[in-house]
Amino acid sequence: MSVSRFWRKQVNRYNLIGTHCSECDEYYYPPRNMCPTCRRDGKLEPYKFDGDGEIVTFTIIHTAAEGFEHQTPYVLAIVKLDKGPSLTSQIVADPAKMKIGMRVKPVFRKLGEGSDRGMIYYGTKFIPA
Amino acid sequence: MRDVAIIGVKNTNFGEMWERSLRDIFVEAGVGALKDAGVAGENIGAMYVGNMSSGQFVDQEHVGALIADYSGLARNLHVPATRVEAACASGGLALRQGIMAVASGYEDIVVAAGVEKMTDISSSSASTALAAAADREWEGIMGATFPGLYAMIAKMHMDKYGTTSEQLAEVAIKNHFNGSMNPIAQYKNKISVEAVLRSIMVADPLHIFDCSPISDGASALVLAPADIAHKYTDTPIYIKATAQASDTIALHDRRDITTLDATVFAAKNAYKMAKLTPADIDLVEVHDCFTIAEICAIEDLGFAKKGQGGKVTQEGETAIGGRIPVNTSGGLKACGHPVGATGIKQAVEITQQLRGEAGKRQVDGAEIGMTHNVGGSGATAVIHILSRNR
Repeated sequence: MSVSRFWRKQVNRYNLIGTHCSECDEYYYPPRNMCPTCRRDGKLEPYKFDGDGEIVTFTIIHTAAEGFEHQTPYVLAIVKLDKGPSLTSQIVADPAKMKIGMRVKPVFRKLGEGSDRGMIYYGTKFIPA
Repeated sequence: MRDVAIIGVKNTNFGEMWERSLRDIFVEAGVGALKDAGVAGENIGAMYVGNMSSGQFVDQEHVGALIADYSGLARNLHVPATRVEAACASGGLALRQGIMAVASGYEDIVVAAGVEKMTDISSSSASTALAAAADREWEGIMGATFPGLYAMIAKMHMDKYGTTSEQLAEVAIKNHFNGSMNPIAQYKNKISVEAVLRSIMVADPLHIFDCSPISDGASALVLAPADIAHKYTDTPIYIKATAQASDTIALHDRRDITTLDATVFAAKNAYKMAKLTPADIDLVEVHDCFTIAEICAIEDLGFAKKGQGGKVTQEGETAIGGRIPVNTSGGLKACGHPVGATGIKQAVEITQQLRGEAGKRQVDGAEIGMTHNVGGSGATAVIHILSRNR
């Protein structure tokens, strides 16, 4: 991913900042520009999630995506935050101990490295709570 | 709106074809479909071409015009050619665009086709290209792969409904068996449960034999108004329904991870349009990009109760000769999955079945068939119902 493309959402990725619609009181992460429920009538504001949540489902990836080869095997999961929205993230944990329904909390981690100029991407992963 | 019929079809061989280019395979499919229909280039009103990612696979965009050119339809005839893209559902959408062009009366004879040339780059680059069908900024960046996303669907299906790895394997076994009877299939070898479970783990619980391959291939078909279809063929196959639906691009935003709501919604509209129910369908080509995808598909299309897809597969209900034969072509798993071509290939298979031309894999007395083509992890679904009878 290009530096500018990453940088645009860097604050959101670092701090788990999504959006809250004060019209329908729903929470969204990743952040949205338009409320999917209220559409043009929605009133969106930034919202910082505390990041507590649970594992909805997960997988242990053995054949990595490009750029993630050195991380295998790694745990990829859908995490449902207690405020409502779900997101995709890696779980820093022993793959053998992973369970659906497991409680998790966020940690600030390196996500990957840009191959050409060596920029390091940081963001939020999760660990067992 | 006018009724629409399929009057000609052609698939190229599917597989790794290093000696052949995108334009080589496309021309073979297009010419074959026109020959099958007995239609000349002068008769063609328009072309719609499903193609997911020729830019990433062969550094070539503008493939509509390229294909019109190399099919001899550009320099003198100037036939309009439109590329259609919805990731792995590109072919199904091209068919739908073609149907709408004929049904509306804008065009009479239309070619709907699909092509993908995926093996000119490394398999890891091809996987990266395919991952663009998911949300690059919020899934891909975390290390998500397509097998990884479907593995998360599988994991939850197993947790919620007790689906087993053996049941997933049965999908691959059936589709390889069907593929062994399909001359164009990429894989014609039969496999066993043990072979699937022994194969390397890609994304737990999906083994490599749970995954469809990277393939080259092209498919084409010719559409005409139903009123004049008999001028071209004794066995026109009629379009009874075309339906398409969208869902969230990212898997994590879905209402239920184990249900493709886009499939459910499109199926509901397709059944309504055709005035049919799942019990009326004689066979179906579903989007088995992974074994779990076939299990979800037969549930979401109404051929099995939610959670029972694995069980009915294990009991043989989806085999040829079973209650509802699924993926007689071998599916994406064994026939191959050149992504842009797949949606058209499904309609070609159903057409051959309904014409009674499917050889050893023929479903006896098949009169009504369905195709189900999915983009990404379920953000697009497109469904067609085809019939021998108008």
